Formats: sequence, C-alpha cells, structure tokens
Amino acid sequence: MPHEEKALYGPDERVEIQLSVNGTPRRGAAQPRRTLADFLRDELQLTGTHLGCEHGVCGACTVMVDGDPVRSCLMLAVQAHGREVVTIEGLAGDGTMGPLQEAMWEEHSFQCGFCTPGMLIQLSHLLQSNPTPNETEVRDSISGNLCRCTGYESIVRGAMAAAKRLSDAD
Amino acid sequence: MKPPAFSYARPTSLEEALLMLSENGPDARILAGGQSLIPMLSLRLARPALLVDLARIPALDGIELGNDSVSISCMVRESQAERSEALLRRIPILRDTLPLIGHEAIRNRGTLVGSLCHADPAAELPAVALALDAVVIARSSAGGTRRIAARDFFLGPYTTSLREDELVTAVELADRPWQGACFLEVSRRRGDFAMAGLAAFLTLEGGAIRRLRLSFCATGDRPTLWTEEDLQVGGLDLDDGVVEHLARVTSTALEPIADVHGSASYKKQLAAVLVRRGLRLAQSRARAGATAEPSGAR
Repeated sequence: MPHEEKALYGPDERVEIQLSVNGTPRRGAAQPRRTLADFLRDELQLTGTHLGCEHGVCGACTVMVDGDPVRSCLMLAVQAHGREVVTIEGLAGDGTMGPLQEAMWEEHSFQCGFCTPGMLIQLSHLLQSNPTPNETEVRDSISGNLCRCTGYESIVRGAMAAAKRLSDAD
Repeated sequence: MKPPAFSYARPTSLEEALLMLSENGPDARILAGGQSLIPMLSLRLARPALLVDLARIPALDGIELGNDSVSISCMVRESQAERSEALLRRIPILRDTLPLIGHEAIRNRGTLVGSLCHADPAAELPAVALALDAVVIARSSAGGTRRIAARDFFLGPYTTSLREDELVTAVELADRPWQGACFLEVSRRRGDFAMAGLAAFLTLEGGAIRRLRLSFCATGDRPTLWTEEDLQVGGLDLDDGVVEHLARVTSTALEPIADVHGSASYKKQLAAVLVRRGLRLAQSRARAGATAEPSGAR
C-alpha cells in the first residue's frame, strides 16, 4: 500500500498511518501528538489496551511492537507506521483463552481487570523468551506493571502455573 | 495527560535533521527513543513546537567496536545493547548497568545516547560515561562536529553543554581494561529511579590499588567522579580501613537532593553502603578476573 510520505507535518495535520495490528493490516490517521495508545483505542476501536497513568509508570498500556513489549502511551502513533503491533485482543483471536490467560483465570490473577492487558502482554512475552521462569524472573518481568488489587501474589501464581503447564505440554 | 500539539518531522538524512534544528532553535526537540521526552510532553514539562524524529535516518543504530574505544550511535536502544554480547564483553559494567534502567518495556524503546542527553541526575549511564572518559559526538549544520568530553558535558539537572542546534550522533566509550568493575544502586522497586547509584572500577597490583574510579549517580545535581589520584589511595592495600575511609570521604562530599523518598543525609548513608559493597564486589571480580562473566549481583 504505497502512499505519499512527507518530511514535515503540522500540528493539526492528520498523518496517515499504516501498520499491522494483531496480524491484520490496518490504516488510520492521527495528529502527531496522538499516542499509539489513543490511536489504538479511539481510531481503531481496540479498547482492550488500558490507559492508567499516561506517562509510562503503570504499564497498563503495554503492547507488543515488532515482538517486544513497549508502553503505548510513550510511543506516538506516527512512530508505529510500518510496525507490527499486538494488543490484548491479539492474544485470543478466536475467542478462546490461551494457556496463560486460562492459568491466570484459574488462579484468580485479576480483580478489577484494569492492569490485566498490560500484565498479559508482558507475561506472554516473558514466557516466549523464557519458557521456564522462576518466581524472581516473573516478578522482575512485571516490575513495571502496577496492580492495585491483588498484591501480585495471584498474578505471580498464575504466571508460574502457565509456565508449568506449557513446559509439561512439551 | 496528553502531549501538547507540535509539528512532526521525519527527515531521511542527518543533514536534513541538522538543518531543522538550526532553523528552529530552542523550539525543536529530537525524538529518539522518547522514553523521557514523551512523559515530559504528557506532563507538559516540555512544549516544543517541532519534534524531529530520527527513526528514518539510516545508519544511526550501530555499535562500532574500535581498537581502544567503542562507539554507540544515537538510535541504539538499551535492549539492543543488552543483547550485544560483543559490546558487553568490551564494556563489562554495562552488564550490571543496563538491566537497572527502567523496565524492559522502557529499554525496548529508550536509547543510551538519549539518556546521556536527558541528563537526569538519577540516570545510571551518565555516571558510567563520566567514569569511562566518554566522548559525546555532537554535530550541527553550522559548526560541523564537536567532540565533548563527558566531564564537560553534564552541567546540572537535565542540563548539558549541548547547543540548541547540535545533535549527538554517537557516544564513544574508552575501554581501558579494568580488572574489576560493577554497578550497584538502591531503588525502592526494581526499575525505579535510583536513590543512589555507584559505578566502581578497580585495577589492583599485588592487592594494592593501582587505579580506581568511583562514579555516583542520584547523589547530586549531576554524576560525580573520583579517581585514585583525587582520593590519594594509589598504592594502598584495599583493606577494611581503606574501604571505610573511601566510603566516608566520598559520601561526606556528595550533595544529594532530598526528595519524598529520602533526606540528603539518608542518601549519603546509601552512598557509603554502595561504596563498601561496590569496592568489595569490584575487588572480588578483579581477583577472579571475572568482570566479563555474567553476574546476578545488584
């Protein structure tokens, strides 16, 4: 999908953005000041990505960009042009839960659910890169994701259960 | 909590980017990783008229390993450096340092050069850069290339000697071999800003101190460095007495800024603790010749 790219955009100009979201090519437009998080939520209607602090502290808005977790409130939508983004919606495309989601559901890892999308993106990346984490590695991995309900214990339990289940299945 | 309005440029050449900086002066800001700049925009601590995004300029994301220094370009992300075994072998202290910077999701975007240019007093990399005689390579369209030594670069909180029209294309770190080095910090939670941090470098000769560098972060308005010469400990055995002396002398001289997490005197105490731990760890690594080995020590 070729389109004209300029070197300079004014503050009110809507910049065309083409990217892959959860494996599907998507296109939209946004002013330069718009964050990737707002673009996903408002322009693409993917409201599973939550916005907590909006300055990179709480981790609720974590999404995958080109395979790595990033804060979507600390990335401009224009910076995501040409990138591959995976949001919480992409973890269970067909409506069934993945092993991580299922284990966390069983371990009561979530209460209000606000931190859930960021936790799941971060932890699914952990299990991809390190399928047999110990508890310290799980805690390190989610050190940048705030949860105000659970005290983290049930989240860590859920991640450990998922890791065990995935390695037992191998 | 949304960024203010700004114009957005994505030049495809360095020359174009430099021209934009010189034409827009203080109204333009460079966007590299954005992990400090975008929060500052959202908090409205910065209101630039123009952001110049470096992402489309080729060849700004390389790590070059020269004969006696390594050069890290301005778009090299912290996670990219963390995965570069060749870089970590050359500058082993980065093995300790990089994982302490923010969280994984931050390091996947944040750049090393960006951290130097942001000059947050609590940041780890400025302290390392200062200790390793780093040279910041600054380019401008009018002035060509300026090589700025780290000791002349950090002027105060969030303040460097960079001119408005200059862009840092790379930082060079001298890799004079050290027998033992380590980076330690105290923070309230993994990934949080340091309340005190220390980069310690040590080379021994028969148990005595031959060369020593202690570089602190988060304990003043900019990183603070001492050498064995400043501290007059060259040739002394690194025993309990000398360790205690160094902890006292350095922590007494530091001028930490009190904040909600601790008073100035508490942070001095942390600095003294870090000197004791850091010297012992650097010493044991020097003896083992083990600085190149991965270490879980924090």
